[in-house]
Amino acid sequence: MNSLVAIAYVPDTETKIKIASDGSSIDETDVKWIVSPYDEFALEEAIRTKEAKGSGTVTVVSVGPERAKTGLRECLARGADEAIWIDSGAAKSLDALGIAKAIAAVAKEGAYDFVWFGQKGVGYDESLVGPMAAELAGVPHVGNVVKLELGDGKITAHREIEGAHEIVECALPAALTAQKGLNEPRYASLKGIMGAKKKTIAEKKLAAMGIPEAEPAGAKTRWRKLELPPARKACHMIPADDPAAAAKELVRLLREEAKVL
Amino acid sequence: MKFLVFIEQRDGKIRKASLEALSLARRLAGGPVAAVLPGRGVTPLAKGLGAYGAGVVYVADREELALYGNKGYVGALDAAAKKENPDAVLIAATAMGKDVAPRFAARHDVSALADVMDVRLEGDRLVAWRPVYSGKARAEVDCGSAKLQIATTRPNVFPAEADASAAEPRVETLDLGEIQPRARVVKIEVSESKELDVAEADVIVSGGRGIKGPENWPVIRDLQEALGAALGASRAVVDAGWIDHQHQVGQTGKVVSPTLYVACGISGAIQHLAGMGTSKVIVAINKDADAPIFKVATYGIAGDLFAIVPEVAKAVRAAKAE
Repeated sequence: MNSLVAIAYVPDTETKIKIASDGSSIDETDVKWIVSPYDEFALEEAIRTKEAKGSGTVTVVSVGPERAKTGLRECLARGADEAIWIDSGAAKSLDALGIAKAIAAVAKEGAYDFVWFGQKGVGYDESLVGPMAAELAGVPHVGNVVKLELGDGKITAHREIEGAHEIVECALPAALTAQKGLNEPRYASLKGIMGAKKKTIAEKKLAAMGIPEAEPAGAKTRWRKLELPPARKACHMIPADDPAAAAKELVRLLREEAKVL
Repeated sequence: MKFLVFIEQRDGKIRKASLEALSLARRLAGGPVAAVLPGRGVTPLAKGLGAYGAGVVYVADREELALYGNKGYVGALDAAAKKENPDAVLIAATAMGKDVAPRFAARHDVSALADVMDVRLEGDRLVAWRPVYSGKARAEVDCGSAKLQIATTRPNVFPAEADASAAEPRVETLDLGEIQPRARVVKIEVSESKELDVAEADVIVSGGRGIKGPENWPVIRDLQEALGAALGASRAVVDAGWIDHQHQVGQTGKVVSPTLYVACGISGAIQHLAGMGTSKVIVAINKDADAPIFKVATYGIAGDLFAIVPEVAKAVRAAKAE
């Protein structure tokens, strides 16, 4: 079974975010980039599906600037077979619809049984691209998948919702978004890393794909400003030497000052 | 400016997050707005939406919609949008909302302002603030060149305001024709614990490595009970197997915005803060006075949680009994 896995190359979760001088994007100096954690679950499941079925290919695709190729190579090292880089060129920030259109175009070109996404990219945190691409590619999708069972021409997926799991039967081909708990992603082996170095990453140019959202004038969501969250007031420390007194004082403050009790 | 609000229902009750979105739409519109309510047996619930701002409720009440299905539920939203021709659509950013919004948006060749925490109008354009980079920054966003504006609202941020004097809404039935989904929910498995989900809770008490072991959860649970809260956990204790991952708060867990967040024995790693940093009031109890959690806490006690937490539970119960 063939899978397409869309990955996003995003700032590492430890990164301290700084605002760039344009006031509407992040300062990229010293940023360490990683494959978005939820995309790792997606890639791992696609590889496991290939292993379970004994055949098929896993293709990873990413929309972004040149550095996205590093992320794609990491995925090749872990076990993806092929990689496609969609060069976003000068596009500063692509909105989700633009990315979804690019991924959907790639999905429609190949005969994929599965199109995988992370349930969100830990950059923009929108949770939009996966289901949008599914709609554009004309396939059903299941979001927030924490367990996948392969059937005959269909799958059963456990979807995490508030306080419960929905058990969903879905026809193939299908799009899926991966949630934490789906699996434990493997590390790249040395063999995988060496092999990945030799692989060719196919390249497409976003500007040539006829996607209006690739141009600033066509964007359907726009970042006007980026700010650090307002600073919180300094913590009011309550002396801890007498636990009972500290507790009473805390409750008094919660009730009378914060008014949350 | 015309608004249409997607109303989520579960087990015969309207989700509070949908009432929050509806109230927000009424505030922005300056008057009653349209709502759409898909499900089975939901028609009697439509009337109650008037108090929260619905002037008209489009109902899709079908056996096939008893359990959530993207095709049927997005179909209902679509059908209501065709009738109402809204300028803006609001959807609560719940699990269902986050499933419905993107497919509906793509179908209409637009995007969405996702998980917004503040919305205002500039003329007839939505302008919103939304958290990015796991809440480490916030972006002011608008819908660019999109004709139809869609926003999903973060639960528990906007007030749900009931106006008892509001008129009852007009109720219209939607004709969806045959619904043939390719993805079907065949069953729902509710978490055995039947616990209040952290993502829905107004008050959360969380435990971290400082609790030293799963045998000590009763200390945290005692305070949880006293406060009527949900139980949260740091990634460290989830990874250690001390509690199920559904309780994890943080960048790769749940992102929460409760009114009160009590962090017990949690040091406050960046990734945890990303999950709870927008809580209105944060209380930190940790024996390390240098723990990063104290940088974001409203109130802090640098002491032994095993001595302090039981006392806090006692003091809470005493205060509530007054």
